[in-house]
Parts: sequence; C-alpha cells; structure tokens
Amino acid sequence: MALILGLFAVVGIGAVTWVYNVSKAKIIENERAALIKQLSALLPEGSYDNDIVNDTLEWTEPDLAAGGPLTIYRFRKNTLPVAVVIPTVAPDGYNGNIKLLVAITKEGVVSAVRAVAHHETPGLGDKMELERSDWIDLFKGQSLALLPESQWRVKRDGGTFDQFTGATITPRAIVKAVKKTVIFFETYGDELFLPLQPKGR
Amino acid sequence: MQYSQLIKEGLWTNNQAFVALLGLCPLLAVSNTLINSLGLGLATTMTLVCSNVTVSVIRKAIPNEIRLPVFVLVIASIVTAIELMMNAYFFELYKVLGIFVPLIVTNCAIIGRAESFAFRNPPHKAFLDGLFMGLGFTLALVLLGSVREILGAGTLFSGAALMFGKSAESWTVFLFEDYSGLLLAVLPPGAFIGLGLLIALKNSLDIQRKAYRKEFKEQSVDKMN
Repeated sequence: MALILGLFAVVGIGAVTWVYNVSKAKIIENERAALIKQLSALLPEGSYDNDIVNDTLEWTEPDLAAGGPLTIYRFRKNTLPVAVVIPTVAPDGYNGNIKLLVAITKEGVVSAVRAVAHHETPGLGDKMELERSDWIDLFKGQSLALLPESQWRVKRDGGTFDQFTGATITPRAIVKAVKKTVIFFETYGDELFLPLQPKGR
Repeated sequence: MQYSQLIKEGLWTNNQAFVALLGLCPLLAVSNTLINSLGLGLATTMTLVCSNVTVSVIRKAIPNEIRLPVFVLVIASIVTAIELMMNAYFFELYKVLGIFVPLIVTNCAIIGRAESFAFRNPPHKAFLDGLFMGLGFTLALVLLGSVREILGAGTLFSGAALMFGKSAESWTVFLFEDYSGLLLAVLPPGAFIGLGLLIALKNSLDIQRKAYRKEFKEQSVDKMN
C-alpha cells in the first residue's frame, strides 16, 4: 500500500518537474519583460540606451524600503548617467506597506512615481493608481531645488500636495516616502551611478 | 446516469457553488470583476477535468484505504502544473489572481467530485462531470463577478486585456456615466451579500418552477377526469 502511494508521489513529482522545465524559460522571460515594461514607463522613451535590468546597484538604507535591501536601477545614455529608479516602501499606509518606484533624473528632478503594490481601501485610498486618478503625477517635475523640504507634505499638513477626498493617510504616507527618496538621492547623487558597488552603508 | 443529467446537475441542480456551497474561499475572494472570475473559473474547470479524468483512469489501481491521499497527490500535481502554465502563458492574469491559483488545491469541490463521482465512474463520464461541474462553478463566479463589478465600479469586462490580449483593451463597458462606485460591493462583505442574493434568486426560481409544474400536472389530471 505504502509502495503504491510512493509510486503515485514519484509520478506526480515527475509530471510537475516536466512542466516546470518546459515553462521555466517562458516564465523568466515574462518576469523580465514585465520588469522592463514597468521601468521603461518611468522615463521618456529614447532617453536611455543601456540594459536597465542588469545595470543595478544593491544598497541598504535605513530610511528607505523599510530598511531592507534595495535594488537601484540605473539609466544611462552613451554610458553617461541619466536617471535612477529607486524602489521604496511607504510603511505607514492605511493598510500597511505601499510599494513605490521613484524615478529621479541625475539633476535630482522626479521623473515619475508609481505605486506597484498596496492594500489601501478600494475606492478611497487607491487613487494613487494611475488608472483611477492622475494624482501620482503631481510628483512629476518636482525637486528639492523647486520645493523646499518643508513643502513635501499634503495640504492638510501645510504642504503642497493634494490629499484624496476621504483619505489623507495614504497620500501622506506616499509623499513622505517620496520625500525621503529625493533626500536620499540628494545625499548620494553621483555615487549611485558608479559602475561598481560603492561601499554604501 | 444520462449525459443530460450530468449536464443539468453540474450547471444547476447540484451546482458546486450555489447548491453544494463548496469552494467559497476563492469564489468570494476573486469575484470582484467579471474577468477575474472568468479566469479563476476556467482554471478551476481545467483542474476539475484533469483531476476527474486522472482519478477515473487510475481508479482500479487505487486501494480503497489510501484513495484520499492519492486524490490529494493527483490534485496538487495538477494544480501546480496549471499554475506554472498560467505563469508562462497568461502572465498578467496570473499576477492578478495571485495566491488564488495555488489555492485551487483547497477547493473542496475538486476532491469532492473525485471522491463522489470520478472514483466510481468511467473516464468519459468523469470528464463530462468535471467539465460541467467546473462550468457550473464558473457560471456562479461570473454571475457574482458581474454583479459586483457593475455595482462596485459601474463597468463590465474591465481588465479584459489580461486574458484576451491587447486587442481586448477597448472591451470595457461603462454602464453609467460619472459613477462613483458602491464601495460595499467591491469589499469582502459585498461578496457574501451578493452570493446570498444569488442563491436566494436561484432557490426562488426553483420554487416557482416546481409550483408551475405541479399546477400543470393538476390541470392535466382535471382534464382526464
């Protein structure tokens, strides 16, 4: 009896392994294509010409991504720095983490911000999704030079950014996270474009 | 059992979601839009057909005492394979359905059909049973998904591109202009309330039909007298 059960287990594992091997290449390709699509939407087409998926930098910063390791993507044209995309996390959303991608040009200007994952209340806190409202484009073109640090708040807190109708916590969390990212870029700037792993913290 | 009986049971009289109330966890969680519902429904149907046929083919080689662990093995292998295939060929939809694809394993309807039907019937019947039980489940999902999407967002077919490719991007139907959405319908309680209402509707249809038949019978008896 145990033998029969064991036999079924072996056959099952064999079948799954076969499917895994058949689909593996396609799955890796899908994930890569999805990443490229996500990243390339953050910067104007043709503004870079490098292999963005592989030109990355590992970094750990207590203020960003809830202190976890970051993979920073670098965009270059003719090997000259153009911009970085920094994945970060707003840990204080209404319903936990909001995962963001922040694209900043080498001059320190925000090129785009996108929310990639969140658990905010549908219909109230999800207006940071581009399909629902263009709120998140308020960050486009902003920089610390243009907007002093104290202005990186929602209007209710005396800052520049609109809150959503009926939801302040979500935009407040996002503005804070983007501000931290911009400050981070201001602090390290050029270091983030170094070809080799710099001795970050 | 007649084939028409199999079809009727799967789609209506023994509908796994509306009558047997099985597989409610994925049903309630995913049914916030029509396309999500359709995606999970078809993945579940696929699993049901594969597992029913497999169990039926090997039913004579399975000792009665270990049939349940064998069913679990068969179903888990099939779901894993389907999950990998979806990841490879319906990547966007797979990302939307996320955790609920592997959770098809825990859909009691699947092991239920293996135990109560496929284990006792030849493959061609098990195939039909799996297909129509799956389609019945899909029907329930799609109905609930449509109701929730219409009430919650005022649209239908949003996200069709996830399943049918780029050309489907324009399929989304906006039913009301400037509709702000009924939040309750999208949130989990909306799923419970919606399912409750749909079951009530099904039951009332059944009762009406029964009453109509009874009346019809009585009339014909009267005529004979």
